[in-house]
Formats: sequence, structure tokens, C-alpha cells
Amino acid sequence: MTRNHNTISKGIDWSIIWCYIALVTIGILMIFANEYREGQSWLEPILSQKTDYSKQILWAGICAVLATFILLTDSKFFTATANLLYVFGLLLCITALLIGTEVKGSKSWLVLGGFRLQPSELTKVFTTLALAKFISRQETDFTRTKSHIIAAAIAITPAIITVLQNETGLALVYFTFFLVMYREGLPPFILIVGASVGVLLILSLIYPPKTLFIAFTIVAVLLIFLMRRLFRKPRMVLPIILLCWGFAIGVSVFAVPYVMDHVMKPYQVDRIYSMVGRPYIPKDPVKKAELEAERAKKKGGGNQNASEYNVIQSKIAIGSGGVIGKGLLKGTQTRYDFVPEQRTDFIFCTIGEGFGFLGCFIFLGIYAFLLFRIIFIAERQRSTFSRVYAYGVACIIFFHILINVCMTIGLAPVIGIPLPMISYGGSSLITFTMLIFILVRLDADRQMVLR
Amino acid sequence: MRVYNQSRSRVIQIIFVAVFLLIIGQLMNLQLFSNKYRDLAIDNAVYKKIIYPSRGIIFDRKGKAILDNVAMFDLTVTPFQVKSLDTTTLCNILKIDTAEFHKRMITSLLKNGKYRPSVFEGLVSPQVQAQLEENMYRFPGFDLSERPIRSYPFKAAAHMLGYVGEVDSAIIKQSNYFYQMGDYAGRSGLEKTYEPVLMGQRGIKYLIKDNKNRIQGSYENGIFDTSAVAGRNLYTSIDVEVQELAEKLLTNKFGSAVAINPKTGGVIAMASAPGYDPNLLTGAERRKNFSRMFLDTAKPMYNRAIKGQYPPGSTYKPLGGLIALDEGLITPQTGYPCGGAYFSCGRPVKCTHAGGGHARDLRVALANSCNSYFTHLFRISLDNPAFPNTQAGYLKWKEYNNAFGLGVRVGIDLPSEDKGSIPDSSRYNKDFGGFARWNSCNVLTLGIGQDRMTATPIQMANAMCIIANKGKYYLPHIVDSIQNETVEDTVFMGKYRKLHKPLHIPDTMFNYIIDGMHDVTVYGTSYFIKVPGQEYCAKTGTAQNPHGKNHSWFVAFAPKDDPKIAVAVVVENSGYGATWAGPIAGFMMEKYLNDTIAAEHLADVERISKADLIPSAIKHWYYVKDSLKQAKQREIDENTPEVTTKTDTKVTFDPEAEPNKKQEGDTTKNNKQPMLKPEEIRLKKD
Repeated sequence: MTRNHNTISKGIDWSIIWCYIALVTIGILMIFANEYREGQSWLEPILSQKTDYSKQILWAGICAVLATFILLTDSKFFTATANLLYVFGLLLCITALLIGTEVKGSKSWLVLGGFRLQPSELTKVFTTLALAKFISRQETDFTRTKSHIIAAAIAITPAIITVLQNETGLALVYFTFFLVMYREGLPPFILIVGASVGVLLILSLIYPPKTLFIAFTIVAVLLIFLMRRLFRKPRMVLPIILLCWGFAIGVSVFAVPYVMDHVMKPYQVDRIYSMVGRPYIPKDPVKKAELEAERAKKKGGGNQNASEYNVIQSKIAIGSGGVIGKGLLKGTQTRYDFVPEQRTDFIFCTIGEGFGFLGCFIFLGIYAFLLFRIIFIAERQRSTFSRVYAYGVACIIFFHILINVCMTIGLAPVIGIPLPMISYGGSSLITFTMLIFILVRLDADRQMVLR
Repeated sequence: MRVYNQSRSRVIQIIFVAVFLLIIGQLMNLQLFSNKYRDLAIDNAVYKKIIYPSRGIIFDRKGKAILDNVAMFDLTVTPFQVKSLDTTTLCNILKIDTAEFHKRMITSLLKNGKYRPSVFEGLVSPQVQAQLEENMYRFPGFDLSERPIRSYPFKAAAHMLGYVGEVDSAIIKQSNYFYQMGDYAGRSGLEKTYEPVLMGQRGIKYLIKDNKNRIQGSYENGIFDTSAVAGRNLYTSIDVEVQELAEKLLTNKFGSAVAINPKTGGVIAMASAPGYDPNLLTGAERRKNFSRMFLDTAKPMYNRAIKGQYPPGSTYKPLGGLIALDEGLITPQTGYPCGGAYFSCGRPVKCTHAGGGHARDLRVALANSCNSYFTHLFRISLDNPAFPNTQAGYLKWKEYNNAFGLGVRVGIDLPSEDKGSIPDSSRYNKDFGGFARWNSCNVLTLGIGQDRMTATPIQMANAMCIIANKGKYYLPHIVDSIQNETVEDTVFMGKYRKLHKPLHIPDTMFNYIIDGMHDVTVYGTSYFIKVPGQEYCAKTGTAQNPHGKNHSWFVAFAPKDDPKIAVAVVVENSGYGATWAGPIAGFMMEKYLNDTIAAEHLADVERISKADLIPSAIKHWYYVKDSLKQAKQREIDENTPEVTTKTDTKVTFDPEAEPNKKQEGDTTKNNKQPMLKPEEIRLKKD
């Protein structure tokens, strides 16, 4: 690695780096905003490392060093070690599962010295590399189903381990690789069916069966009416519509309520409903009593379950921001602990409350710019490896934003997943730093063909 | 290079855009189109702390504070801070056991949660407070917090001063939700009347709290805060020494004593017996004491001075005399040949004297309190030939009485004053079954303050002021002035500064009556009651009533030529006016005018204050209540509902104090129900 400075910076896409720096800075500011109290010294905690924002600054420093190293690394290193790193990541995850420390019910942490590391975060990077490696192999013909299955397996294996670690949110991220695969030739109907089933399940949790039945029927009738001219030529259209309608009704009107009422235990149902912010009152009095006993066991029970409270408080925080927000250090919701997990999963509330709609718009604009820039970069790559990798990065970041922000504004279930570069947490910051800077490194060598 | 998937890049970009649009849409919905979240956030985080100003102090005429504030201390506990507590020491200081300690801790937890302080022991005594302060370092999580409470240093004038109490929903509604649950407000007496003055102006402090209700500091640096303004003081005309004397003299009696300064209308003393120590209604035991007194059949909280309605008896005679004089029906020289009773209407009205010219003219008749003479005057007033019929004469007579302040509220600055009774002619029309089916004979005892006539002690004292001032008077009032009085305070003070002259009776006629009342004290019914160094005018009264022995009445004013004090005293069911009420009035005047009681009177003061004149029925009630309590103690395991409480509420209707309570309902002339003992009531009920 004896290149001079000019060669390092050659071909580097600075706009992505500026986006990255902006987001990390915003993140530190937001953590500071809901941790700092008037009258405290703000400098002293940074030096003594007692507060979360000071720790995040330290992490940012570590990431800067890490980023420099990545930029100094040869691009071929990543293609060469992709599979090795993937296996290494999986092993780390399994180690964490077996001997890891339990934090908030999830066994996904490794404690090394004073540091806590979540290997399932890092595995995202390795999986992206491994997937890129697999698809870019010369032997791989991504039009064949066998290749699809292998690629899916690469993506799903870490997800399964992560589910076992009780980190459902992180596991869901791996499904975003199907979007990458779609770009590389996965038949669209898999994506459509997958997404539809997902949406269908969420809908059947959120809305009562009667409403859904009516809604689906209306949609089906409309479709039949609009597409009636197509019935004769590809004769399949009508049966497909009817089949879809039947399936949707079957799932949301019969299957989901049946499973909820008869298969699952009341507290499980309660937990699921609480993720979508819906109160759960069982019809069966026996189950009701059971559930109440369960709730009473928990401290500070009450009728509202925890996630429901979280979503309501989070919506209040964001909603009370109004157009221009209350200003830095002025948000009452986020500064006085009404919003839970406000430095990690619910950090978007701090932005929403402090800077209002305009602040959120600009903030999301930075993200959007970053994502589209990555896609632009992806499409200019000569090597498949770099392109697949770039799509992987874009999709992971996208999925995190989607789930996290939608959760805070009440559009998605409460799933613990960090906001990229913003949320407090070293593992997450390191992961995204690696994702982005490896991409920047690969992009700098876009003239090369990497495999 | 696969380029065939180029269009799929577009699809992915469209998915990204769609999601961002969805998020922006929901953000617009939350942040731009709904206003409720801002309010919800403020509800969450901003705590409106009301700063209560100290209430105004009430002073007597010599500047002594008779209602003051003292700082007491509550022992509070914040459960989450309680760690390694020296429970034994704390329990020893508070004299509770560990079980009680744990019970209170749990109560605090349930009431205010873990993070907010709750009262562990309210209003600790000064000794306990000192002990606690010494050992406070041993009790982490415990704190002494100051609470100002009302204090009555003289333990006197309970009825006048009143008390503060927690507001109820009716008051909250009436105040247009100015008061909130848990606020204290004046509930009776001056505390209630002058509530807006005494209360001061509340301050509001906006504080930020966190999700566990812990206070985090002021909201927006306190720019919305308003500071509290202390309540204003009241300066009264009360002479607390006279008040204390009156209360002492009325000990173990039922009755009332009122003294007014005729020159200003200011009340010097107003005692009602049985009374209570007003300090019982402040502090920790308030609730318990209140319910006990509320259920007490003797009604210690009842202010008989303004609510006790008694037939005035002979004390009415000076007024009857004035009416006859002013109507021109008699001259001061008019006499009446009384032979021991008034016979003109069949049933004789007895008189204490017989013959001897004891009613040879107005002055002598007044001094001897001749019933026949004043019955005669009343009859000729009603049958005055100037009017077409008796009823018209009666209405004129009633008009006079109302002008003297009888049958109407005198307008004192105390809540819930009663107006006594000078019945309307329609009342008698009803009694006798039709218009004009009665004549002066039917109602003749009205002329000697009996029949349906009733008056409150404050009314009689006010009537004495009118005579002492020869027709002029100020409305009786307790508060002379308010600290830093403003124009708005005219609402309170305006009416008390206006001189009233309702009647145009010439001074000479008043002089005849005043002379007669002076003769009462020289050779008349109260000749043996002396006020050293002072000439005074008085009238005794021995009022018949349906409840037992006669009420002892005494009205007076002194000195004769320059009246400075007018007094009305009534002692229920005790006998002659000069026996009990007379000396009490005499000592009050002596104390007020001479500032001391003569040595030779001290023994008498003691004798009267020790005399027990409580009616036997009341004593019996206490006895029954005590034995029921004992019986209940014995059968404590038996789960029968309380019998006593039912009867308690029944018996609290005190027929002596409210003889006219059922007047509206009954049709018979005599509203005379036999007095029931409590157990009889219960038997009837059962």
C-alpha cells in the first residue's frame, strides 16, 4: 500500500462521502440533543466518555480510521476474501448465539474487553460481498433457478441465525437481497408474490376481517371490470384474479383470525398486535383472564401494551414538531424520555420534533440523494461484482430507512432496527461505514473488471 | 455484462421513490394537518404548578391577629430514593410500628407512584419535627415539606372567623372551574365571605416533567409564569378579649351573645354556645373533627347568633312602645290598669306584677316589664282607627318591625344568616282559615314578643343600636376595613359605611324609651346588675318557648348618654332574663367599657361560666350515644349495620335553634311538637 495521496483520492466519489459525513454529524447532534441537559458542561463528558453522544463521537473516530484503511485497501482484496469473510461472519453469529451476552432478550452480542459487538450487523456486509461474489462468478448463470436458490440461500442463512438470536428486525433486512437479485434477473413474480403476502399479512393484522373482505372484493370486481377485454386472449387472467381474491380472503378473513384465536397463546397475539399498535381484547373470557394475568405480571401493566405506548408517543413527538419544529434542545417529548429507545430505534422522533416537517424533508432528501447516487454508481460499474454490491448497499440502507421511519410514524410494526448512520450504536455505525466505503473503494476502481 | 436488466433499475428506483413519498405523505399528515399532537405533547411534558399565596390575616380592633398562618411540616417520601433506611428510628420517632410503616409505603406507591413524593405523615408536631430534622440523614428519600395552615391563636371566635376546607364539586362548578379538586377555600364565616380578598392571587409555574413525572426544570425559562400575590389582611371591629369573655360565660350553655358598637355597626363580640376550638378544623385531624361535630346533636358549628331564631319575649317591648308612640296612639303618660293579667281577650295574659301602679305610664311599665301594658299597646296598634281594618293595622305594625330590622336579614358579612320571623298577615289568614278571620285578640302575644315572632340575637343587638342611636344605624358588620382597599372592595365595604335611618321617629320619643330602659337598670327588672362607673339601659326578657324552660334574654346598651356598646344575650331554657343573660351582658359591657372586670365581679364571672344549663335532653343524647358506642364495642364481631349513625343524622335537627323550620308545611296555629328524645325517634322510625 505505498500509493501516494493523489492515487488514493483518484476516482473517489466525494458526494457519497459528504452525505456520509453529514448523516453521521446529524446523528451525533441528535443523540446530543436528547441527552444534554441545560447547565451541564458539554465538553467534559466527551473527554470522560460518560455519555452516549461522546461514545458515538468516539465511534465516529474509529470509523474514520476504518474508512481510511478501507480506502487504502486494494479492491481485489474484497473479491478475494468475500466468501471467507462470509463464513467468518456466520461463525461469529453462531458464537454469539452460543456464548454471547443477552441484551434486551436477544442473544446477539459478543463482549470483547469493554466493547460490545453485534456480529449479525457485520454479517450484512459480508453477505452483501458473498452475494456479489456468487452472482459475478463466471460459472453463474443467473437465469437458472438453481442459481436463484443458491443466491437465496446465501441471503437467508444469516437471517435464520439472526432470528434464532431473537433479532427479528435485523433478520428482515436480509430479505432486501431479493430486490438485488431481482435486478440481476430474478423473475419478478417472486418479488411481487413475496411483497404481496407480506403486505397482506400486515393488512390483516391492522384491519378487521370485514373491512378487508369488502375491500378485496371491490378491488377484484374493479379489476374484472377493467380487464374484461383481456379475458379471451390469454384465458388465464380471470382465473388468476379470482385465485388471488380467494387467496387474499382466505388469508386475511379466515387463516389469520383462526391462527390468532386458536393456535397462538394470548400473550403472543398481544405482542403481535402491539407491534402494529392495536389493542388486543380476546373474545374468549378464559383467554382474557389469562392475558390479564400475564399483563399484571409485568411491572406497570395497565391496559396499554408497551409498543402501543411507544408508537403513540413517537407520533406525538413527530406530530408536535409542526412545520419548522421546536428547535434543537427544545423538544419536550424526546428530551424527557416520553419516547422510548430515542437514541437508537426512535431517533427519527428527535429530528421530527426538533426540526419539524422541513427538517424531516431535508433529512430524508439527504438519504434519497445518497440512495440514488448509489444506484447511479451501481449502473456505471463495469464489473458485475461491484454492481451487485452497490445494489446490496442501496437496498440495505433503503430497507433500514423504510422500516425505521415507518415505525416511528406509525406505518409499520415496531421492529427494532437502527436508522443508518444516525442511531446510536457502534456496531451499526461500523457496518454502514464498511458498506459505504467498500463501495466507494470499488467505485474508484470501476474501470477494472472484478470477479 | 448484462444490460438486459437495465429497466429493472428503474423499477427499483420507482420503489424507492414510492416509499419516500409514502413517508413524506404520513409526515405531512402528522406534522402539517393535525393539531392534536402539539397539545398532546404539552399535556405530556408541561406541568402547571399552582403557587398558593398565603391567606390574609384577620386582626381584631386592637391589632391582635386572631386568624393567622403558621408553617407546619409534612413528612413526605419519594419511594424510589428510599435506600438503606433506618426504619426502627423512624418508627420510634413517629410512634408507629413496622406494619404501619409498610402500609404507608404501599399507600404512597399506589397514590403517587415511585418517583413523586407523597405525604407520609401530614402535619407533624413541632417536637416530632425537631427529632426528624436531627435524624434526617438516616432517612434517605424522606423530606420535610412546609405547609402553611390557618391558626387561631386565641382559640376564639370560631363561628365568626369560619374555616377553610377542600372545595367540593358544587363550588368548583360555581367558580367556573377556577378552583380545582384539592384546593382549599373558605367554607364558612369571614373565611367564606371574604374569600376573594383573603385568597390573594394564585401564581402559576410551568414546569417540565419527564415520563416518570419527575420535574426537570422550568418551561421556556419561566416566561409564562405568574407569581403569587399574598392575600390581603382584614381589620375587624372584634375585641378579642370581650369575645373570649363571652365564650367563657356561655360555657356549658346553649345560647348566644352579640355585642355591637352602635357608632359604627362593627361587631365587638359574637359568641355562640356550644362552640368549638377553631383550631380543630385546621391541621391533620380536620376531617375527623369535622364529621364528629357535624353529627353532634348540640350543633357546635351552628352560629346561633345569626341563625338561632328565638321568640324575643319582653325584650321586644321597647320596640312595641316606640311603634305606639310614633303612631300617636299613646303619650308617655298613658297608663294601663294592670291587675296581674290582661283579661280583655278571654284567655288572660299573665303579668309578673299586680297593681301598685306598676304600669301607670310608659316608663314605669317598661321598667316593670308589664305584659298587660304592652299587650294593650299592640292591640291598639292593630286596631288603630286610622286604618280600615285590623289587617291593615297589622301590616303597618309589621312595616315598623321590619324597619327595626326584625323579620329581615340585618345584612352582616357572614354567610347564611337567618331572618327570624315577623309573620305576614297572609300567614295568619292561613292559620285562621281565611282573610280577616282573625283580630288583634287572636295574636295578642305578638305584642310581648311571643306567638310567631322570632328574632336572632344579632337582630336584637341591632335593634338596640337603633334605639341607642335614636333611629340611625349602620348595618352590623365584622370587618371594618381591608388592607390596601381599592374601589372594587366597595362590593364588600360599601354597604357598611352608609348610615341608615329607616324611621322618622323623633328623638324625643326615643328618649322616653331610653329613660324607661334606664329605669329597668335602676329599679326595674335588672336593678341588681351593675356596670361599675357606667349608666346603662337594658331590657330583660323571659321568653316562653315550646321546648322547655323559658329562654333567658337580655338586651342593653351603654353608656346611656353616649352609647358605645349594644348587647343582646340569650341563654336557652335557663329561666329569667336577669338571672343568666343579664349578668353575661353586664360583664361584656363592663369589660368593653372599663377594659377590665371589677374585682368584686370576678367570683360571679366564675360562677356563671361554671353553671351547667345544657338541657337534659341533650345530655341524655350524649349518654345514649356513649352507651351505644360501648354496646357496639361489645358486639364488635356482629356484622349489623350501624344503628347509631342513622339516628345521629335525624337528631342533628335542633328544634331549639330552628323553631320555625317546619313552619311552611303545617296548618295548625301552634307549631308545637313535643321534643323527642333520640331513642324515641328511633322507635318511631322502626
